[in-house]
Amino acid sequence: MNFDFLFNNFAELTVTGLAFGAIYALIALGYTMVYGVLQLINFAHSEVFMYGTFAALWTTMLLVGDSSVSTMKGIGVLLLALVAAMAMSATIALVLERVAYRRLVKNNSPRLIALISAIGASFVLAELMGLRDRIAGWFGLEDDLQRYVAGARINRSMPNVLDNKQLFPIGDYQVTSIDVLVIVSAIVMMVVLDQFVRRSRLGRGIRATAQDPETAALMGVNSTRAVQMTFLLGGLMAGAAAFLYMLKIETTKFDVGFTLGVKAFTAAVLGGIGNLRGALVGGLILGVAENWGSALFGSEWRDVVAFVILVVILLFRPTGILGESLGKARA
Amino acid sequence: MLRTTRPKRAVIALIATAGLTLSACGTTDSGDGGDNEASSGGAACDLTLAFFGPQTGPAAGLGEPIINGAQLAIDQYNEDAECEVAYEQIDSQGSPDQAPSLATEAAGNEAIIGIVGPAFSGESAAAGPIFAEAGLPTVSPSATNPALAENGWDTFHRALGNDATQGPAAAKYIQDTVGAKAVFVVDDASEYGAGLADIVKENLGDLVVDDDTIQAAQTDFSATVTKVRSSKADAVFFGGYYAEAALIVRQLRDSGYKGEFIVADGVKDPGYLDGAGDSAEGTIITCPCIPAEDPAVAEFASAYEAEFGGAPGTYAAEAYDAAQIFLDGIAEGIDNREDMLAFVNDYDAAGVTKQLSFDETGEPADVHVYAYTVKGGEIVSDQEIK
Repeated sequence: MNFDFLFNNFAELTVTGLAFGAIYALIALGYTMVYGVLQLINFAHSEVFMYGTFAALWTTMLLVGDSSVSTMKGIGVLLLALVAAMAMSATIALVLERVAYRRLVKNNSPRLIALISAIGASFVLAELMGLRDRIAGWFGLEDDLQRYVAGARINRSMPNVLDNKQLFPIGDYQVTSIDVLVIVSAIVMMVVLDQFVRRSRLGRGIRATAQDPETAALMGVNSTRAVQMTFLLGGLMAGAAAFLYMLKIETTKFDVGFTLGVKAFTAAVLGGIGNLRGALVGGLILGVAENWGSALFGSEWRDVVAFVILVVILLFRPTGILGESLGKARA
Repeated sequence: MLRTTRPKRAVIALIATAGLTLSACGTTDSGDGGDNEASSGGAACDLTLAFFGPQTGPAAGLGEPIINGAQLAIDQYNEDAECEVAYEQIDSQGSPDQAPSLATEAAGNEAIIGIVGPAFSGESAAAGPIFAEAGLPTVSPSATNPALAENGWDTFHRALGNDATQGPAAAKYIQDTVGAKAVFVVDDASEYGAGLADIVKENLGDLVVDDDTIQAAQTDFSATVTKVRSSKADAVFFGGYYAEAALIVRQLRDSGYKGEFIVADGVKDPGYLDGAGDSAEGTIITCPCIPAEDPAVAEFASAYEAEFGGAPGTYAAEAYDAAQIFLDGIAEGIDNREDMLAFVNDYDAAGVTKQLSFDETGEPADVHVYAYTVKGGEIVSDQEIK
């Protein structure tokens, strides 16, 4: 146990942990919303995230090439990459809802069937990305798309768009622009989403469907629309998470969603699955705990620490830290 | 080709064409008969060499040059051979979990007379006992964990120096050439990475200020980066494969770390450059693999390039040598595993990478370690570490 190291580098470990935790939180939203409405764990959500990372990657590759760009153009490129990532993830989420879930939900099939459908969809989506070079080959496009499809099964990385500036010190750690950008934008997006679900008409529809789908339908809520909306919002947040992930880690791969998906799902359970604010709390706690755990015991204990915390918290609060479901959230 | 066995093969071919063994390949029952012994030639038929290693999966990039290197040797052999040797690729994805069942399958296929591989140390450890029991000789062109040779598997051989030679060479380079005063050692907990990192640590002794172990498939290394920076190390050694190495060096450079980044053969792959981008610049890579521009492999390199349209990747030449050993045996008329094993154990001939002969544990007698560096977005050879 290396307490000295933890205390000497407390600020750095905490800030970088929060930044990664914010990404967990944004992904966790997708799990938590779908669970809140359908009581279904959307295991394919990790792939929704993964497609977002590729949308961000391809957009920057398309617009930047290998040369460096001015700051103004860089910001423009990043904004477009964000839009592309959110659009891509939202599209995948909607397709997923249409293809893998809608009929199952409509026919009231057992939850396990939907779960298997989710796992299957997850594999299909991941492998489609992992085989993109061959798929491009079928259409004779592998030469035109060479830059985008090459190395389909290995890490691909972003061109450098913006330099990571050191902004201000906390302790002896220089907080970087990416840390701040990731944490602030994640929190802003969470707040906007939270307000949207609490205050807007569509949000009320989602909450009503989550509480009691039949009564909500009798009251004139279009439940199909509400479910679609849930997937759309989850997809948008996963897209934003994908963009922030690409800013921070800069590298992606067809199976990048798997580990992150498990972690984000853990964050959702930790905060209380079905609870939007819980996802934020769970994500941030998980991110920081992983970093502190790595510092104390060594990086190989990272996951052990994260899951021990999960188990301990669930022992005392079986519904997670905040534990309230989406439907029961105050209006 | 500068192989010493060449004249012998020419003689065999001559005898064959002279009609001594008109139906050498016709029937299988001639294999056990005396004429095979008597002719002491007449290359055996219906035999298969197999590659064992990652053809797909996360480390597929490292498998490809090995597959191609062995393919080249077999193609060249088949060109003027009476009976062609078949080539089978057994795709383990580099995973120790999949290796045992695939090894059992290969052991059960009597046509397979030799294995080029297993490519990685982890899968070698998992598959080794099965090959040993089946008496199926293996020559790995790339597995470098020292412990592999200590299991008493008669079938195990490797065509390159192990980490017990690579580790000290890397440590020597860090000390003498880089001149590091404080070194941080990271490993990936794999058979290969952790083993190598331990040897480097042992050889560096007091120079090691701290260490850390990461997990495969981890993508956020901020805790490791913090440790490196706070240790004030002027060099980082990473024992592991290229996927993680690329992410680590990127995050180290992003955090403003300026020290040297030293890695070993598991990182010597174009995938490292793709993943790490500009951050890869200046990385030092040690490898018991001969540089493609080395005069000794020039002929091999040009043949490889003509065939596969690119310079030979890491361990392509070693794979070529490994396959060549088996092919020389087949050319001498060996058609069963027992004889092949004896042949490989006693083998002593010049390959393209080195003089190929094995001690009783399967380690090569002749070992070289080279240093490479990343310059201008390419891995270029630096010097041999002596």
